[in-house]
Amino acid sequence: MKKLVSSIALLVATMPVAAGDFELTGSVGFENRLFFEKGALPGQISTYQPSLELEADLRWQSSDQAWDVVVIPYTRLDAKDGERTHFDLREAYVRWTGDEWTVRAGLGKVFWGVAESVHLVDIINQSDSVEDIDNEDKLGQPMLEVSTQRDWGQITAYIMPGFRKRTFPGADGRLRPALLVDNDLALFDEGTDDDNDVDFALRYSHYFGDWDVGLSFFHGANREARFIPNSEATALIPHYDDITQFGVDIQYTKDAWLWKFEALVRDSAFETYAAAVGGFEYTFYGISEAGADLGLLLEFQYDGRSDDPAIAPFTVADNDVFVGARYALNDADDTSILAGIVTDVNDASMSGVIEATKRFGDNWVAEIEGRFFMNVDPDNVAFAFKDDSHVMFRLTRYF
Amino acid sequence: MQLNLLNKTISASILGAVLATSVAFAPVQADEAADKQKGFDIAARSDRSDNGFTSSEVEAIMTLVNAAGRETTRELSFKTLERENEDVGDKGLTVFSTPRDVKGTALLSHAKILEPDNQWLYLPALKRVKRISSANKSGPFVGSEFAFEDFTSTELNKYEYKYIGEETLDGMKVDVVERFPRYKNSGYTRQVSYIDQDVYQVRKIDFYDRKNALLKTLNFSDYKEYDNGIWRAHTLAMTNHQTNKSTTLTYGEYKFKTGLADKDFVKGVLKRVR
Repeated sequence: MKKLVSSIALLVATMPVAAGDFELTGSVGFENRLFFEKGALPGQISTYQPSLELEADLRWQSSDQAWDVVVIPYTRLDAKDGERTHFDLREAYVRWTGDEWTVRAGLGKVFWGVAESVHLVDIINQSDSVEDIDNEDKLGQPMLEVSTQRDWGQITAYIMPGFRKRTFPGADGRLRPALLVDNDLALFDEGTDDDNDVDFALRYSHYFGDWDVGLSFFHGANREARFIPNSEATALIPHYDDITQFGVDIQYTKDAWLWKFEALVRDSAFETYAAAVGGFEYTFYGISEAGADLGLLLEFQYDGRSDDPAIAPFTVADNDVFVGARYALNDADDTSILAGIVTDVNDASMSGVIEATKRFGDNWVAEIEGRFFMNVDPDNVAFAFKDDSHVMFRLTRYF
Repeated sequence: MQLNLLNKTISASILGAVLATSVAFAPVQADEAADKQKGFDIAARSDRSDNGFTSSEVEAIMTLVNAAGRETTRELSFKTLERENEDVGDKGLTVFSTPRDVKGTALLSHAKILEPDNQWLYLPALKRVKRISSANKSGPFVGSEFAFEDFTSTELNKYEYKYIGEETLDGMKVDVVERFPRYKNSGYTRQVSYIDQDVYQVRKIDFYDRKNALLKTLNFSDYKEYDNGIWRAHTLAMTNHQTNKSTTLTYGEYKFKTGLADKDFVKGVLKRVR
């Protein structure tokens, strides 16, 4: 952490303080989750879970465009679950961009990958899973990022001096295991504190004709934790093991087809395993007079990790098939609907998702997100969520 | 450029061969070939009046008007890198600053002539760069009356041409040239372009849909000649005759030769453009 602070200080010290462009924007979201069934666990919210989301976006760019600063504070105020009420700096960094090199220091957000149903190789940022269980909400990651763009592609190195623990719902919260996860008890390979450990990652990304290719390497504390009950069996202790991961993500784009593939090999002190997700998205363009598109998605998910919690973190995407459809109206309001079902090939447990969004006027966006758990097998890890099917309504005002 | 001159020489010699060998059909074929050649020449003269702009940057406001007259606007900026070889297309970067919820969304395109363009879309909320299919040529661009191909298919060699005749448009003498898309997945059977005889700029295009019915008209106005001799229209008004919707693009001042290079049009830059 000290190294990061000093490198930020160094960057700031060399920054031109001359006038540049300053910009402040933000949004306020009103959200309500509606659960179809009462919580299976005592104390859980029964039906409604209203909350408020606030985000600001501050940007400054030097007049020569070589320097920019981005600060994005975010907070959620949840009326029912105290653990879901939280604050985070999604991004807070200084960046210098030269001819071939870019250097960024601070809290950053990075996405790797191509697949839709699971984000397998994406590992830089910790998931803010109290927001949603789809691993798409992320906590800002402290990092020093050095990137170079050449004719043969882009190489980026990440030095990550601080670890962010995953967020988990509290006792009142839904979408949680029977025992609460207690992050204060978290264990790392180095003990109870990971701050002296520095994580490292490297990525190469480029395209060759119709092929987009990414290669990645990560060494550090796993963003996923194994959960071991404490000795009194009153809480789950998250174990964030050190891992080494090699990942590849490939997309082949041809006519209306997008073929997608991601795979990784991950090595921990307990095992070495491989995981992959692959499939396609095919789009029927202009199926309505007004030019709406219908995309069909099919992806297979495989994960070779042990299902013993003493050895590996759990995953739902171990041997599953995702079938989905995306309908985009291509209208002025950017109206779109995505629906999909993931089915476990082994036990036929199913979970469905539906996401719809539409803009109203210039500044309002309405969203509906539904998650449904069906036919969940008692041995499936999603069994803890079997009563947590819900629909979420969100109205966001942008400023 | 070189290749194109070569093509023209070839078509001229084919024309010569046709004239020399087939006596019976010669007048008709010669007329057709001559109209094709003249159409191409007029289009080429117009297109090439743009040669040497090197690179440009401009901000624009897009105003969408629905059939009931309701207006919505979006602000966007365009960066373009000229590629002088007419057998490869220009590179372009489009960035949205409003509506606020899509602020920072960016589209990178490497235009090609007859092959599908390479396109990448950046989604700032997820920090995700997505390669997207460019088969969707006739689809509406961000809900507007402009189709993707109206932006991306401005290259000379994406069409075959036919000279129709002369006309007067808004007091200007214009050449009327029909053009037929050579690329796949076009939403048009043909377009009729009106090019003035004075400074060779496109003043109007009529678009005919797949059923060959008049679909849209695009009017170019507020032309201005910049110091480098390059002409730019600052108002592009697209009217859809079938839906009564319209979209107007109003451009600010163009900046040329701003130092843009190939490295500013790679997918890695999408994450930091605004």
